Amino acid sequence: MPDLLELRGLDAFYGDFQALFGIAAAVPAGRVAAIIGANGAGKSTLLKTVAGLIQAPRRDAVLFDGEPIGGLPAHELVARGIALVPEGRRLFPSLSVEENLLIGGRVRRPGPWSLEAIYSLFPVLAERRHVPGPALSGGQQQMVAIGRALMSNPRLLLCDEISLGLAPVVVRDIYARLPGLTAQGMALVIVEQDVSQALAAADRVFCLREGRVVLEGPATSVTREAVASAYFGV
Amino acid sequence: MTARVTHGSRIGPIIAIAALLALAAAPWWTDRQGLRLLGEIYAYAALASLWNLLAGYAGLVTVGQQAFVGLGAYTLFGLALLAGVNPLWGIPAAGLIAAIAAVPVAALTFRLRGAYFAIGTWVVAEVFRLGAAQFSALGGGSGTSLPASVLAAIGNRAAREQLFYWLALALAAATILAILLLLRSRHGLALAAIRDNETAARANGIEVDRTRLAVFVIAAAGTAMIGALIFLQKLRISPDAAFSVNDWTALVIFIAVIGGIGRVEGPLLGTALFFLLRESLSQLGSLYLLVLGAVAIAVMLLAPRGLWGLLADRLGWQLFPLARRLEPRSSAPPVPAATTPAREASP
Amino acid sequence: MEWANAIIQGILLGGLYGLFAAGLSLIFGVMRLVNIAHGDLIVLAAYLALVATQTLGLDPLASLLIVVPAMALIGYALQRLLLNRTLGDDLLPPLLVTFGLSIIIQNGLLEIFSADSRRLQAGALETAALPLAGLSIGLLPLLQFGVAVAAIAGLQLLSWRTPLGRAFRATADDPEVARLMGLDNRHVFALAMALSLAIVALAGVFLALRTNFDPAIGPARLIFGFEAVIIGGLGSLWGTLAGGILLGVAQSIGAQIDPGWQILAGHLLFLAVLAIRPQGLFPRLAA
Repeated sequence: MPDLLELRGLDAFYGDFQALFGIAAAVPAGRVAAIIGANGAGKSTLLKTVAGLIQAPRRDAVLFDGEPIGGLPAHELVARGIALVPEGRRLFPSLSVEENLLIGGRVRRPGPWSLEAIYSLFPVLAERRHVPGPALSGGQQQMVAIGRALMSNPRLLLCDEISLGLAPVVVRDIYARLPGLTAQGMALVIVEQDVSQALAAADRVFCLREGRVVLEGPATSVTREAVASAYFGV
Repeated sequence: MTARVTHGSRIGPIIAIAALLALAAAPWWTDRQGLRLLGEIYAYAALASLWNLLAGYAGLVTVGQQAFVGLGAYTLFGLALLAGVNPLWGIPAAGLIAAIAAVPVAALTFRLRGAYFAIGTWVVAEVFRLGAAQFSALGGGSGTSLPASVLAAIGNRAAREQLFYWLALALAAATILAILLLLRSRHGLALAAIRDNETAARANGIEVDRTRLAVFVIAAAGTAMIGALIFLQKLRISPDAAFSVNDWTALVIFIAVIGGIGRVEGPLLGTALFFLLRESLSQLGSLYLLVLGAVAIAVMLLAPRGLWGLLADRLGWQLFPLARRLEPRSSAPPVPAATTPAREASP
Repeated sequence: MEWANAIIQGILLGGLYGLFAAGLSLIFGVMRLVNIAHGDLIVLAAYLALVATQTLGLDPLASLLIVVPAMALIGYALQRLLLNRTLGDDLLPPLLVTFGLSIIIQNGLLEIFSADSRRLQAGALETAALPLAGLSIGLLPLLQFGVAVAAIAGLQLLSWRTPLGRAFRATADDPEVARLMGLDNRHVFALAMALSLAIVALAGVFLALRTNFDPAIGPARLIFGFEAVIIGGLGSLWGTLAGGILLGVAQSIGAQIDPGWQILAGHLLFLAVLAIRPQGLFPRLAA
């Protein structure tokens, strides 16, 4: 299968501070890639750069379906099929659950996702559709955040720390629904602190340290020992 | 680079003192017209420096300083006309009255944040203006003049003009010196901390509101004394002139923006540029203000640290030794080590 | 009876202040921008209406068909070309740039139209009045009040019931995540400014029908709008209208006591609200 997302020597900067150094990675359609690494390793920066929130310095550092898209603004990338579930969920507090989903579907590519489809994926949201975002539990907010990203029918879904701050049972519930997403060819990149969760969910794993990929491999063949040494550079 | 900086900050005070002496001797090298222009320049330099202290250092972006210009002027006229006080005493009295008035003004307007604070101060200035217009003992809405008898107490015309000139120079020099001393004191450090991160400053025990209040009161007093002197020279007062937002705030803000906000040197350079611009555009009439507004917008967008900021960055200039220099928050890249002023610079 | 009349006149005037405030409040809500040139833009709209009525022979109310879209276009362009560059963490650039804009508009109008007072003539409508319980209520102020209420109701509807309103609220909540929804902030902000200036156009035309205007009266209109926003409470459109009405009534009562007290009474009400209830009288309940 051809690679849906390909990174070729991707750098990223915050002002003068360089946060990513020459990241190379590829994610085929229909697969799940996990990015792991300690705090400050550059995981969120990587997702934000792919999504266009941080400007990539070179156009051809990011290829999406073979096309160079590095440095394009986020609002254009949505139309091309890239969606990001941001860290901390970040629902729009003055919008209701349904409005959050509707605004996620402002730019809608053809595809299976609609309000009804989201409500059948997360039935609890249908009951609380008119409630403002902040009134939901953390797990429900995460469902809205995922649903909001799905509403644009993305080909590539980027999920930043979707298990952070949630009860384990809720995390399991959310992760149980991810395989259903990739069945129709959508690729998934997840950033995850919980390594065993990441290894279980992903096809391929990338470990970052200080802005560089220090370990890469199929999730099945990466050992916990290798991960531990990659994390801390010992 | 480093050598020039250190050199610059050492010779800065020497240049300043030499310039001050040369300016103090102006009555011997220029005519009455020249003295008037210079006096006006000093007044604007001081007003702009005080506005810069408020907006550029304390984060108090006000468009209501005309309240204190007018209050100072009315204090002087009121004391002279109604209580027979020598007008020269009216100048320190104006500072005192404005400092007292600034406390309740701050109590009200500090409740507004950011740009709303700005308009709030403007409303207060309007209240002062309308209040002055109700004050019939000083001519109400049409204002009043200082009679010759009051002025005779100061001296004959030539002596008066010289005295007013020296007063303007002394007030401006004292204002700038006071600002420098304030910024070098521990209040300066507190201001820097507030400007960088207000929340963190609060968490570290810096009394943000008290520091801001202190700056607001000091700036009010200085502004009022300058206002009192300006109208003592004009000899005539009216609410519209004394509380004019265009004369005492718009021009002052443009001067600070063009010269550079958040640097002591900025308003001084801005004043010089403003008067050059004004003299060369005077035949344009109201278009001159239009051009000035456009220049200020262009500088704000293209060189947000003003022309002094541009020069200082490029050449490593610094006229006044300030151990801690404040940068506007929009300046993303940190100052390279080479252009950071020497820590041990002596005054 | 004089007092009842003063209060009714104040309420009707307050509708106009509500219009001044609504445009100000809208852009503050969406992009945290306080437009110091707001009042001068109201005056600019009044002059546009003057030109439209004089050169095209239009009725002042019909001139709205030209002035409203023209001002909206000016708003869009102003935001796209100038004001978007000033937005960021620092509050100085937007404040100072709109302050400069205010001076430019005032002096530009002065240059073109001179300092003479102007007025829009509405013909028979100006003198038409409704008798009501012994009072006579002018048809024009009544119409202006109705337009203000309708405009604010329309804004309210737009904010809470349309995709554009949703986009405004989302961008106000979290501009970064809004970009992930395919919203181009620069465009959203420009639309908000266009809408704000469309309301400014309404306000300008009714101001010009009601009273004499000259290039220098803008700042006072900004202050009235701002006072209405603070009195009503930030973030609530109906509160803004209520704030405008209270301001209008205070001014009208002040003028009844002494003509010199009209504006002062409004300012004093504002300062009293600031002292006693700084969150405003009708703040939005939501966090």
